[in-house]
Amino acid sequence: MTISFNINGQPTSLDVDGDTPLLWVVRDMLDLKGTKFGCGKAACGACTLHVDGKAIRSCSYAVKYAEGKNITTIEGLSNGDQLHPVQQAWMEEIVPQCGYCQPGFMMATAALLSEIPNPTDEDINNNIVNVCRCATYYRMRKAIHRAADIQSQNAKNQPS
Amino acid sequence: MSTPKPKKKFSRRKFIVRSTVGVGVAIGATYFTRPLWRRSIAGFVNSAELPYNGSTDEPRLWFEVTADNEVILNSPKVEMGQGTFTGLAQIAADELEVDIQQIKVIHAPTASGNIDGTSTGGSTSISSLWQPLRELAATMREMLKIEASKQLGTDAAALTVKNGVVAHNGQTLTYGEIVKNVTEWEIPETPPLKDVSTYKFVGKPVPRVDLKDKVIGAPMFGMDASLPDMLYGAVVRSERIGATFVGADTSSAEKMPGVVKVVKEPDFVGVVATSQMAAEQAKQAIKAEWATERNWQSEDIEAMIKVGQGDPVTIQKTGRAKRILDNEEEVITAEFTSPIGAHAQMEPNGAVAHVENDNATIIMSTQVVNLTRKEVADRLGLAPEDVNIIPTYLGGGFGRRLHTPNAVQAAVLSKAVGKPVKCFFNRREEFQNDTFRPPTHHVLRGVLDKQGKIKAIEHNLSSGDVMFGSPMFPGIAEPVLGADVGAWRGGMIQYEAIPNFRTVSWRVKLPFATSWWRSLGLLANTFAIESFMDELALKAGKDPVQFRLEHIQEDEAGHRLREVIKAAADKAGWKDEVVNGRAMGFAASTDARTPCAQVAEVSIENGEIKVHKVTCAIDPGIAVNPDQVRAQCEGSIIMGQSAAMYERMFVKDGQLLPTIYGPYRMALMRDAPKEIDVVILENADAPGAVGEPPLGPIGAAIANAVFRLTGERLRSLPLTIA
Ligand code: FES
Ligand code: FES
Repeated sequence: MTISFNINGQPTSLDVDGDTPLLWVVRDMLDLKGTKFGCGKAACGACTLHVDGKAIRSCSYAVKYAEGKNITTIEGLSNGDQLHPVQQAWMEEIVPQCGYCQPGFMMATAALLSEIPNPTDEDINNNIVNVCRCATYYRMRKAIHRAADIQSQNAKNQPS
Repeated sequence: MSTPKPKKKFSRRKFIVRSTVGVGVAIGATYFTRPLWRRSIAGFVNSAELPYNGSTDEPRLWFEVTADNEVILNSPKVEMGQGTFTGLAQIAADELEVDIQQIKVIHAPTASGNIDGTSTGGSTSISSLWQPLRELAATMREMLKIEASKQLGTDAAALTVKNGVVAHNGQTLTYGEIVKNVTEWEIPETPPLKDVSTYKFVGKPVPRVDLKDKVIGAPMFGMDASLPDMLYGAVVRSERIGATFVGADTSSAEKMPGVVKVVKEPDFVGVVATSQMAAEQAKQAIKAEWATERNWQSEDIEAMIKVGQGDPVTIQKTGRAKRILDNEEEVITAEFTSPIGAHAQMEPNGAVAHVENDNATIIMSTQVVNLTRKEVADRLGLAPEDVNIIPTYLGGGFGRRLHTPNAVQAAVLSKAVGKPVKCFFNRREEFQNDTFRPPTHHVLRGVLDKQGKIKAIEHNLSSGDVMFGSPMFPGIAEPVLGADVGAWRGGMIQYEAIPNFRTVSWRVKLPFATSWWRSLGLLANTFAIESFMDELALKAGKDPVQFRLEHIQEDEAGHRLREVIKAAADKAGWKDEVVNGRAMGFAASTDARTPCAQVAEVSIENGEIKVHKVTCAIDPGIAVNPDQVRAQCEGSIIMGQSAAMYERMFVKDGQLLPTIYGPYRMALMRDAPKEIDVVILENADAPGAVGEPPLGPIGAAIANAVFRLTGERLRSLPLTIA
């Protein structure tokens, strides 16, 4: 079937089996490799991206449901060369080790911050439930708080 | 083009001395009776920094200078998160006299000739390359200066170098400009190395060189690789322990949409299709037949892993521990166990293979480029030189990629269709076909003297294989060592002021593959020994930190261990009392000569163990990158906590379970301690192991804290309170 959506701001149409997980469409058909496969069963979060601003585990999301929606992957999180506050914070805290899980965590965090701009530790515990085998959780927590700070700083500096 | 000159020999006396002590060379020795001889090798292997196994005398294999004055460092070690690329860049930049930004580290394909003969593992990348890489970089710098002196018509000694620019009397040449005009390189004697204190990058918390790529989601992992016209493969794998492939009915798979070819081999069956999903679905439709001998259950495995069964080898012996412990009255005995552990690295195993015209290219995450190349070449009947392994960044290693049959399978599928094929494990296959951390059983015995000091202590450990049976050390290690180096990593008694101590390792062969898992036996062995030390301290009525210090010998290793113990206790504000429902637990270990001590602050909340803070003191010698030493400690502590508190595979009706994250419970954000405080000591004059040693103490540190809170001594991993 033909499916159309916007991905990272690009209108896109594809001929694809509608039951194909969005993850494989993004990775193999659109060649955006930043979204990762970890488990294929919605159990690890490596494949997290945004559909209409919400964090979705794309390995378990059939592409047919993306019809007409706005998809953002890690490649579209930054604004050109201007990194997203979450990415800035990740750089400043030097979070990644192997790095494989990190796009999923950053996408989950960006979605969290758009709903809860200043999350408490409790909010982070309840919402950031991806798996990182290198266990970079200690720096991630610091980076999430830092990203919240950067974001609120940016908001203040923005003329409204 | 340049013709390589006959190479002069570097003065590498230090290495030659080290490498001749290696396991292989010692085989012919007959001076000792066999057990004694084994023990001395065991002692050596336990403390050695094994030499780098690859070329260390050809700078041109390692460095390439580009026209825009960048230096490409062809790394034979792979980057799996441990930060090795950053450390290598720092080391090279300082001796090359370039800015760290000018160095670009890449994985050396095997076709480059810069091949690590062994593996990336054992926390040895920086320690084994510290000396050779500095010598190579310094030599390369001198080579560039010699060429510059010819081009500028002056003496090399008169040149100054900074940031990759050579200057003399107002004239300058960049390295990039110099190499353009070189026809034949002259390789000088190895120049003297700079004083470590003058280094600009070594010793500084330089940000990771791969940081930006990892933050923008750049395609860099094996699973991100693709080639033009690539197809997708899938291989049928058994879900059952000890299954051998008999045959397969592939008739329905063959008819499925997207299927290009079903490939039947004597030892496996696979399918190639036009998409990942088509390959995966066709694989499910193949009815494979397997022969299994037995319906294994967890109880069977537990019954096998018991001290007293299998072959014992004494790996450490001072004084007469056994005789004393067999005859004294007040002997304290305790048993400990640890379960089967899965690697669960986030990127599954797999490869992109392209086989054509008697050449093979394999792009993949591997810790053993050389072995991968050999296995692919053997299977395809090619010479190793006809196979090019292109390593990528690894989405986690942890020992899971020290054997790579998946490369062979991808190559066979590619050959069958004459096109590039990408073939990966799914997560269920990862969990069921892992090379697991073996389960262990430990029996500790100890007796105190009248002053409350340990008179004798003995550790008996039983473990499945770690190093034995590995294709990395075929046949050689077993007859020489008798006991598995990997299994008893961390298993020796480190408190050598005790007058009588002994460690005995019992080998058990399990029906499924067990192998390296980050830090090998260290996690389980330290859990057992350091829990027992805590029991002995309490029995002696002494403070556990003080008690440990009393048993440390007066030598260099003892000094370094003592200092980390004191530093961790100081920094944590060590107090052996329960304050506001929180208790501290203490433990220490020495792994590959790096001592590490940790204090865990723990409470019990809603019937569950909660770790609030971990203070860690580590002495890796020179900390090439203090920020990455910290990062490795933080990650090791939480990964160790995860293994100690949550993780376990079990065996049911012939299957290894669970097969997915979640049911295979691991530490998540909510479980990780909110505070991790790392103190770095540098009481050695070279860099040592970092990536694994901090996994040692954490299990016992938590368990010892729990004892203070509940009075219950937890003797089995994962830790669970009644
Ligand atoms: S790959 Fe989607 S949650 Fe794991
Ligand atoms: S950084 Fe390696 S899995 Fe998270």
